[in-house]
Amino acid sequence: MADTLHFSLVSPAKEMFSGEVSHVIAPGSEGQFGVLPKHAPFMTTLKNGVVQVLRAGKDEMRIFVRGGFADVTPAGLTILAEEAVDLAEADKAALQAELEATQLELKSHSSDDGAHVRLEEHIAYLEDLCAAI
Amino acid sequence: MASLKELKGRIASVKSTQKITKAKQMVAAAKLRRAQEAAEAARPYAERLAAVIANLSAATGADGSGPKLLSGTGASDTHLVLVMTAERGLCGGFNANTVKRARQHIDELRAEGKTVKVITIGKKGREQLGREYGDLFIDHVDLSDVKQNDFTEAALGLGHELTRLYEEGAFDVASLVYSRFKSVLSQVPSVQQVIPATPPEDAEVIDLQGAIYSYEPSEEEILETLLPRYINTQLLSAMLESAAGEQAASMTAMDNATRNAGDLIDSLSLQYNRARQAQITKELIEIISGAEAL
Repeated sequence: MADTLHFSLVSPAKEMFSGEVSHVIAPGSEGQFGVLPKHAPFMTTLKNGVVQVLRAGKDEMRIFVRGGFADVTPAGLTILAEEAVDLAEADKAALQAELEATQLELKSHSSDDGAHVRLEEHIAYLEDLCAAI
Repeated sequence: MASLKELKGRIASVKSTQKITKAKQMVAAAKLRRAQEAAEAARPYAERLAAVIANLSAATGADGSGPKLLSGTGASDTHLVLVMTAERGLCGGFNANTVKRARQHIDELRAEGKTVKVITIGKKGREQLGREYGDLFIDHVDLSDVKQNDFTEAALGLGHELTRLYEEGAFDVASLVYSRFKSVLSQVPSVQQVIPATPPEDAEVIDLQGAIYSYEPSEEEILETLLPRYINTQLLSAMLESAAGEQAASMTAMDNATRNAGDLIDSLSLQYNRARQAQITKELIEIISGAEAL
């Protein structure tokens, strides 16, 4: 049997995925990278983007992550994401609606407000997410 | 001796109280299950993050050159105490215990001659500490509009606020007083240092099997983005644990109240029956002695 990689993806809300996979491609902040079994120990921060998970004999899984970081150890790959959405379950129409609502809300805040920065971040995330679907 | 009518009224009122406590107990039980699930779901993230921070800080922070959030300001004159309690009462000693622990912590710090500032999270703590320490309050976090254990926003907001205050030099050390959810029957009020960040001592150290870690970007930069996140995560998991603890305490308190009401109903019913019987006996005696007199 071919070697497998233990991969887990956790967000503060829940553990999205945990199991044996053959290959993971993740959006590192300094460039996309792939992790195969027996990868050297490595740690990086992530940017918003899609994590592709390839498993033997199963469909590719695509999970959108918002920020976070990846940690490769001999025990496997762990991705800790601020937020994670399984693209197979994402609802584009609902996200579009949320995006529009957030943009409206942004207009009601003055630009030096703390909430303003958070809303802008949220919009950037929603835009990336919609583009990924 | 209370009259029959009075007793009947009291039994009825205790019965309706029991109905309310029983309903509240069932609501708390349902909420507890959800809160507990949320707290447990958040645990893997917090644990992994703590492990990573522990590893990183061992690599970079040993010589005291790490980021300020990890190594501290070098002083410990001003302490910020975060007190996390529930928004509502009716949960037994839950709030009182946490407030007691907070009071003890604040007094200890003041006895050491430190300046203390307080941020309260949750209404009950603010009410109970306000009389004594009202002049130390610098902020309050309201959790009353948090729905379905989604504390992410609240934790993020508070985390940002804390790092901002810290950068401004408003305090040197921040600690959090909250109820740790040990089990449904036991919530332990505990004090945890949040800033400077301290990775838990029992965090597992990953065995690299002789290989060398590579970092992208550098260790310091990773640490700098991770530390605020670590603080937010600590706040978030404390909020979740506190929420689960509140429901557990509320469930236990309401269970006790229901049982007490049951006992009270039993003893009142006994009293009622005795009084009723005494009255019947009295009436019989009256009839019989009336008949005998004829």
